[in-house]
Amino acid sequence: MIEVRQLRKRFGDQQVLDGVDLTIEKGESLVIIGRSGGGKSVLLKHLVGLTHPDSGQVLVDGRDISHLNERELLAVRRKFGMLFQSAALFDSLTVEENIAFVLARERNHPPQEIARRVAEALEMVEMPGIQKRKPAELSGGMRKRVGLARAIIYRPEVVFYDEPTTGLDPVVSDSIDKLVVRVCERLKVTSIVITHDMRSMQAVGRRVAMLHLGRIYTSGTPAEMMASTDPVVSRFVRGISDEKVHTF
Amino acid sequence: MTELPAKVMQSLLAGLGRFSLMVAEVLRSLTTQRLSGRDLTSQLYYIGVKSQTVVLVTGAFTGMVLCAQTYFQFHKVKMDSATLAVVSVSMCGELGPVLTALMVAGRVGASMAAELGTMRVTEQIDALRTLATHPIDYIVVPRVVATMIAVPLLTAESIAVGIFAAYLVGVHLLQIDPGYSLVNMQRFTDHRDVLMGFIKSFIFGGIIATTGCYKGMHCGQGAEGVGHATTEAVVYASIAILMSNFFLTLLLTRLLALI
Ligand SMILES: Nc1ncnc2c1ncn2[C@@H]1O[C@H](COP(=O)(O)OP(=O)(O)O)[C@@H](O)[C@H]1O
Ligand SMILES: [Mg+2]
Repeated sequence: MIEVRQLRKRFGDQQVLDGVDLTIEKGESLVIIGRSGGGKSVLLKHLVGLTHPDSGQVLVDGRDISHLNERELLAVRRKFGMLFQSAALFDSLTVEENIAFVLARERNHPPQEIARRVAEALEMVEMPGIQKRKPAELSGGMRKRVGLARAIIYRPEVVFYDEPTTGLDPVVSDSIDKLVVRVCERLKVTSIVITHDMRSMQAVGRRVAMLHLGRIYTSGTPAEMMASTDPVVSRFVRGISDEKVHTF
Repeated sequence: MTELPAKVMQSLLAGLGRFSLMVAEVLRSLTTQRLSGRDLTSQLYYIGVKSQTVVLVTGAFTGMVLCAQTYFQFHKVKMDSATLAVVSVSMCGELGPVLTALMVAGRVGASMAAELGTMRVTEQIDALRTLATHPIDYIVVPRVVATMIAVPLLTAESIAVGIFAAYLVGVHLLQIDPGYSLVNMQRFTDHRDVLMGFIKSFIFGGIIATTGCYKGMHCGQGAEGVGHATTEAVVYASIAILMSNFFLTLLLTRLLALI
């Protein structure tokens, strides 16, 4: 479904992605782990064409999207839904208008249908009845749920989650993890989850890929990652800092 | 030593290139995409209706001071009744469009840069793009079109109020003869002056909105980036307005002489 070949990207003198190779199959749920500032969000932005690589390819259903212009990319992105790290709700619009955004702009959905689908999407993320609120009135966990509702209402084939549980308390994190799993099973979507939360990784991933030093360092099942004897992986999953390397 | 100027030059050219690409995309969007009436109306309300107070006050006081200053000079050579003619010609062709545009740049250009800049640093622009919406279509085009409609109208208002205020000051405060003054004003104010002001203000509207949107869409990281973008939007738009005004005066005078 999505194939990444030798993706490279630098910002200034910092080589953030240094030859990433990754294949994502239709219907799978992949977790990408890696250190903060390691380039996970940058990788995700390449997958949906928000950023253009310095070199390398991103193939979506066999088509290289890394050189398409913005208008061509818009059509490709209709297949994708993305939940941003900060939820990125439009703060001038209500929850309802946020969620209905894509449908309202497509101009071929009657208002009743839009209202029904918004209600459905809110039901799905367990936030019924908050249509009229503004994003500023919502807590972090609620914003993520609304962000997810906005991303799934138009039935995308792939949903990307950028650190869905970061900044939330353990109980809310757990409920978001369950939500991710439920969305994946009910809507039969491919899901790609970025996280550095090990509980999250075990809860939502069938396969885990670790991004380290700008490349996919290794991949395997969550159980394999937890049991790994590789020093880089085992330090990461157990959360032990490497004293020789500065951590930020 | 040659490296620094080369770098500055390079970033300047890159910026100009990105700006041109944005303007080209706006034109493409205008010709190929449908503009939402709702987006346009809300922008027109904010840019046009809400800018009136500041524009009217500017127009009125400019007209008044221009009248007083002209009168003081003309009175010496007994040309009192030409005072309003000078006010009217300079308000229509130069001061009305330029001062209105500068005030709108300070109010609207700054808020566009701040709003879009905030949307950018909070990833709302990226979110828009993942929601299959081109930011140019949804954000930039309604603002550019609304500003290009609003600024000429605001300019007309400002000119009218400026001349009216000048009339009040001239007739009631400085005791100029109202009859002669009005006749002279009409004799010396040409439809070309009015047309020139109209064309200029239309172009200034475009400058304000494209600069504000460009600075917002390409702003740096964090609150600092937004602050910078806001300042730069106002400074660049103001300079562009003042510089282009000079060339527009030269060019339009030639062109309008033909009709
Ligand atoms: N637009 C950008 N301009 C410059 N540097 C960037 C940009 N986006 C990301 N970076 C840098 O790339 C690195 C990786 O960032 P990111 O992908 O956000 O990390 P994370 O793995 O925590 O999501 C960071 O050091 C960040 O400063
Ligand atoms: Mg990140």
